[in-house]
Amino acid sequence: MIRPIPVKLIEDVARELTARAAIDIPPDYREGVRRARDAEQNRLARFVLDQMLENWEIASADRRPMCADTGLPRYYARVGNEAVIEGGFVALERALRRATAEATAAIPLRPNRVHPLTRADHDNNVGAHAPEVTYAFEPGRDFIDLTTVHKGGLFGSDYRMLFPADGVGGLKRFFVDTLVQFGKRGLACQPAVMGVGIGGAKDTCVRLGKEAACLRAVGSRNPDPAIARLEEELTALGNYVGIGAMGFAGTSLVVATHVEVAFTHTGGMPVGIHSFCLSSRRATARLHPDGRVEFRTDPEWFTDYYRRETIE
Amino acid sequence: MSAIARLDDVAMDVVHLTAPVSDADIAQLKLGDVVYLDGLLYTAREGVYRKVVDEGRGLPAGLAAMTNVNFHCSPAAAVRADGSYAMEAVTATASFRFGKSMSRWFAASGARVIVGKAGLTELAYREWFVPHGAIYLTTVGYGLGATYGRAIKRVVDVHWLAELGIAQALWVLEVERLGPFLVEGDREGRSLFALANREINLRLGEIYAGLPRYAQSRIGETTPEDEIV
Ligand code: SF4
Repeated sequence: MIRPIPVKLIEDVARELTARAAIDIPPDYREGVRRARDAEQNRLARFVLDQMLENWEIASADRRPMCADTGLPRYYARVGNEAVIEGGFVALERALRRATAEATAAIPLRPNRVHPLTRADHDNNVGAHAPEVTYAFEPGRDFIDLTTVHKGGLFGSDYRMLFPADGVGGLKRFFVDTLVQFGKRGLACQPAVMGVGIGGAKDTCVRLGKEAACLRAVGSRNPDPAIARLEEELTALGNYVGIGAMGFAGTSLVVATHVEVAFTHTGGMPVGIHSFCLSSRRATARLHPDGRVEFRTDPEWFTDYYRRETIE
Repeated sequence: MSAIARLDDVAMDVVHLTAPVSDADIAQLKLGDVVYLDGLLYTAREGVYRKVVDEGRGLPAGLAAMTNVNFHCSPAAAVRADGSYAMEAVTATASFRFGKSMSRWFAASGARVIVGKAGLTELAYREWFVPHGAIYLTTVGYGLGATYGRAIKRVVDVHWLAELGIAQALWVLEVERLGPFLVEGDREGRSLFALANREINLRLGEIYAGLPRYAQSRIGETTPEDEIV
């Protein structure tokens, strides 16, 4: 008899994840910024990074959001193939909407979500297609990994259709274009985690770029050695551009670059680039059918199964 | 003051200001000074600008006499069940979006100090700020929400909450040592970011020389030296 994961538990955990994401900077990103700070020679850029490191301590000590742009709260659910949810996925989605609204008032978060044309605001971060819930599945598991991401900022992301003739050189040009456009005046709130999605269809590469930025921990490498090398090259290139924190001259532009690929049209090489800002907010919990909950900061979203290439 | 020609010349002197900020204090500020603020200020972004500038409603009565500091900000705030306000974090929103309203905004609001994110161009400062004796302080990070939030002593008042919602309403805040901010636009209309961009642009030619042209370019493709803000 398979035990269902209680929906009340999902709602309670989602509220807790929302608070943790908004308040506590993930340690992998914080240490990346600390390394960027130690390498930074420009006084102004270094001052900015010192202030950020202190800001995160204040946020955790006071239990207040690290940034008042509390982003767009959304969820990623990696569901075990053997997991059962009490009330089904509709109950899960309703629980996530309730949790988002309640956490928005309780923490409080900024009610960022508005109607795009009328600008009507429900003051609770819930609305049409908000919060988004993205699903992925995993064989041989009876639990759910639930992650919330609160990506803020309007800058630092771009999409471009490149072509096979552009190759890695063209990809690097697009990467630098994006960094320069949004790095000046620090509009992207760098140093950022850069996510680069290559291939698939337009929506695939945009989604993969975002997931690469937001759902991989700093320090992780793509398992394909050639892609892992490209990640390092892009990070080095980004920090050689000469732009530091807040757009002052310097070297602190990129904390890490994460590249993910999808098989694409034979004639094209679409690319989606995302940057996860100085408030790289994410939090994850594993919910077991017996009610156990394990919190962590690494979403572990990119599994071998997720990256599979063949017929099984 | 005119000695500041490059980022390396910036002294980063620490300055404490009290709002309303006097013309004499404003005139003292040098690019890159690190500023902390005491007293009252208010948040105002698109919704409030629409009311004050486009609809000609003016600031709420008495506010202009209390402070001349406008924060381009929407807070992470909530109205509690007992009607009081919770405000834990504040950070600025990018200020370029207010560009074309700034001159009329200064005339209507009496504001002299703008606190925001990422500043405006030197052209904008010269045309819209300098004639009103106004300067621009940029927040730091960006994203010092918790640091700034800790400096809020009290929500004094909130206006247009029902009409504009929490994020866009005008919040009047009493603050103690709110900062650090950096002087980005000074009394003469110079910009700290413009200094930074001039140094960055020197390097970009070399970076781009090593990168191939695109197989197909896009309409309106920018050159790396373009100022985007
Ligand atoms: S981009 Fe990130 S750090 Fe910057 S203001 Fe928005 S949420 Fe905060």
